[in-house]
Amino acid sequence: MSGVLDPQGPVAAAERLILIDATGIMLVIVIPVIVMTLAFAWRYRASNERAVYRPDWAYSGQLELIVWAIPTMIALLLGSVGWIGSQALDPARALISAVPPLHIQVVALDWQWLFIYPDAQVATANELYIPAGVPVQFEMTSATVMNAFFIPQLGSQVYTMPGMTTHLNLLADRPGEFPGLSAHFSGDGFSNMRFVVHAVSVADYAAWVATTRSAASPLDPASFGELSRAEQHPRIRVFGAVAPLLFRQILALSAPIPAVLPTAP
Amino acid sequence: MGRLSWAAIPIHQPLPMAASLFIIVGFLVLFALVSWKGWWPYLWREWLTSVDHKRIGVMYILLALVLLLRGFIDALMMRSQLAVAAGGAAGYLAPEHYDQMFSAHGTIMILFMAMPFMVGLMNFVVPLQLGVRDVAFPTLNAASFWLTAAGALLVNISLVVGEFARTGWLPYPPLSELQFSPGVGVDYYLWALEISGLGSLLAGINLVTTILKLRAPGMDYMRMPVFCWTALASNLLIVAAFPLLTATLAMLLLDRYVGMHFFTNDGGGNAMLFFNLIWAWGHPEVYILILPAFGVFSEVFATFAGKQVFGYRSMVMATMAICLLSFMVWLHHFFTMGAGADVNGFFSIMTIIIAVPTGVKIFNWLFTLYQGRLRFEVPVLWALGFMVTFVIGGMSGVLMAVPPADFVLHNSVFLVAHFHNVIIGGVLFGGMAGYNYWFPKAFGFTLDRRWGVVSFWCWLVGFYVAFMPLYALGLLGMTRRMQHYADRSWQPYLIVAEAGALIILCGIVATIVQLVVSVRSRDQRRDLTGDPWNGRTLEWSTASPPPPFNFAVLPSVDSLDAFWRRKQASAPHPPAARVDIEVPSNSACGFVTAVFAVVAGFALVWHIWWLAIGDMTGGVLAMFIFGWTERRKTTIAAEELVAFDVRQRTAVT
Repeated sequence: MSGVLDPQGPVAAAERLILIDATGIMLVIVIPVIVMTLAFAWRYRASNERAVYRPDWAYSGQLELIVWAIPTMIALLLGSVGWIGSQALDPARALISAVPPLHIQVVALDWQWLFIYPDAQVATANELYIPAGVPVQFEMTSATVMNAFFIPQLGSQVYTMPGMTTHLNLLADRPGEFPGLSAHFSGDGFSNMRFVVHAVSVADYAAWVATTRSAASPLDPASFGELSRAEQHPRIRVFGAVAPLLFRQILALSAPIPAVLPTAP
Repeated sequence: MGRLSWAAIPIHQPLPMAASLFIIVGFLVLFALVSWKGWWPYLWREWLTSVDHKRIGVMYILLALVLLLRGFIDALMMRSQLAVAAGGAAGYLAPEHYDQMFSAHGTIMILFMAMPFMVGLMNFVVPLQLGVRDVAFPTLNAASFWLTAAGALLVNISLVVGEFARTGWLPYPPLSELQFSPGVGVDYYLWALEISGLGSLLAGINLVTTILKLRAPGMDYMRMPVFCWTALASNLLIVAAFPLLTATLAMLLLDRYVGMHFFTNDGGGNAMLFFNLIWAWGHPEVYILILPAFGVFSEVFATFAGKQVFGYRSMVMATMAICLLSFMVWLHHFFTMGAGADVNGFFSIMTIIIAVPTGVKIFNWLFTLYQGRLRFEVPVLWALGFMVTFVIGGMSGVLMAVPPADFVLHNSVFLVAHFHNVIIGGVLFGGMAGYNYWFPKAFGFTLDRRWGVVSFWCWLVGFYVAFMPLYALGLLGMTRRMQHYADRSWQPYLIVAEAGALIILCGIVATIVQLVVSVRSRDQRRDLTGDPWNGRTLEWSTASPPPPFNFAVLPSVDSLDAFWRRKQASAPHPPAARVDIEVPSNSACGFVTAVFAVVAGFALVWHIWWLAIGDMTGGVLAMFIFGWTERRKTTIAAEELVAFDVRQRTAVT
């Protein structure tokens, strides 16, 4: 079992609760309607001579009142859930936590994901490491077409759009591995735009940052240009250093992406 | 020849080539058959140049049923692809084909199946229910139909020559911009929809005018059948929304053809503008489709329960409320764009509010059944299937109107399951109910009941088997438009979904068999009275099929369900007056317009400028010729009218 019914963080848990509650509220009206449809159709079948037949009965003030009132009350209730929920679970809203948040910059490419850790000055492609229990603030954009960044077990998806940033706040309760993907169709390589989210303990995360920083090649405009070429079968990549301001440069870029990026914005 | 070369023919790709050959051979066989039988003069005289709203309505529905087959083949291929493409498997459809297939499936099913089905029903039924002789602009009506057919033809030409869009049924930029979609696929999509969209707009103007200006004597607004009200609301939406579609797609065309920057990444373009504009059309569009279906169900329940529809005023108010509110909900299609809590909250509330009038309608249908005397004819089965299915689809829809739920369900196959739930369970079931209900009116004999029942149950069961697994998969985190997937635990669900699609296939086959069986046994199933269902509204008061002039004498109306009341009072309508009447003569205008439109669309797709310019010059000339030719009318002599009247009276008694 994975997916949105198996939340691994507070955002996804709250969203599952709303999903279940809203369904419950509606079932209160939906189940009786289905039962009444079948019951009325059977009871008032033409062959049933015992059923009352009133061909001219087509209006009842009281019934009309009820007919408008019930959906209205359900709508009031659900509308409140919608309004309050959209305030409380606004993806751009920072999560309340005693722990300071971790910033991660997300860039959607054709057809892979680039994750930049600006504080640690490292980056990965098609694999995401986050410390469990630490709120993560994603700042997202796209270097090509639109995509949607989505980790079902952690909650909310948000579009990534070229030339613009969108924001998403998530948190993993405990260590684990969760599937992540693009939820918005982006072209022929879309189906492979998957990544694994490794939520690890804070200590393991620090260790991962240290290893990554020492080991791997840097991400600079040249290697970004190479990375951002259309790729149907993305591989996991790690970058031990990241050119400062790279995310801003990607953002400022107008497509098509040149092989070499301008130096400073 | 512009960009057109032999490379456009998919010779090295077995699947598209086979499909192309199938289409070409099919056309040739049809052409040969018609020529051999010598049917061309008949077809030309009675159908291709007809301006009779009934003939045009029938042609719309025929178009819809043919395109249903095309769209369904796409669906079946996608389902079988996903049933096998699990784990490392790539399946049998490469992404570039699969992407065209879901784009074509959506485009065809919404714009060339559901739209013509509903417009066809309205075209056929509304003038008859209003008790008038035709729509307000008969020749324009023909042009509307032929433009829709022209768009449908262009979409299908793309299968044979070139490719179709690979961007989804709504071509979201930047993906649909030249930079990311350099091929002709998006151009085919755009020109096909510009052409058919114009047809839809003209059809909308025509029906709005008809309903507002042409009603039988005494038919006040509050005496119109519910179907006419829903048709009015639907066509008002067409008139208001389709220009948005045309303009939005025109902007994308300008981006692609002359290097403008409405939606591009560079030059100050913004794709979010496209999202807003296209859904400002797109959401009303779903109500354009569902409202006429609601009207069909109102007619079917009232007729077969032998009862006036419950809460007529509420029905009318609910219809018009939906009409108005449908323009204020478009942003719920992209809550996940990060517009902010207040914007999302507002559109969430508006979306939930629109469920209120829909709920009212459901209750009113329930109380129409209550204390009625329900005959389980085929249209009733579809209507009851709709009631049960649609409330489930409505529920999943309202669920996604709550932004936090949408954040995890949007773009998933849960969403796919939702809109198929309302479009199949609502629009298609409505179409099928209307088809079975009004077929005897159109052709003078009833459809076979047994095959109709088989068709209904296959569709109903098939729908649940095909789409309930998708609800589950959406909750498991499967997004839409995947060509393959890694998670093998999804495969069993997708195999079940494919089985569901195959059950639906049985339903489609049963529909075809029903038609064939009924046509072959038409002499036994003739309806001579014109009123096979003990109907309530005026279309049942004339002969089946109705004569070109619809009514010998225009009915005068003094209440709702006028024909029913007249039958209750055993009051025959007054005899036909001895005067000649005029009906519009045939016109090739619509057909010729469509020929010019297809050639223009094809030339523009392939950048064959000389052909485009020549064709459009010809089109304008043709417009002047048709416009300035004297408008001819055919006179129907008083004797013929009276003779028909007498025949009809004898048949009824």
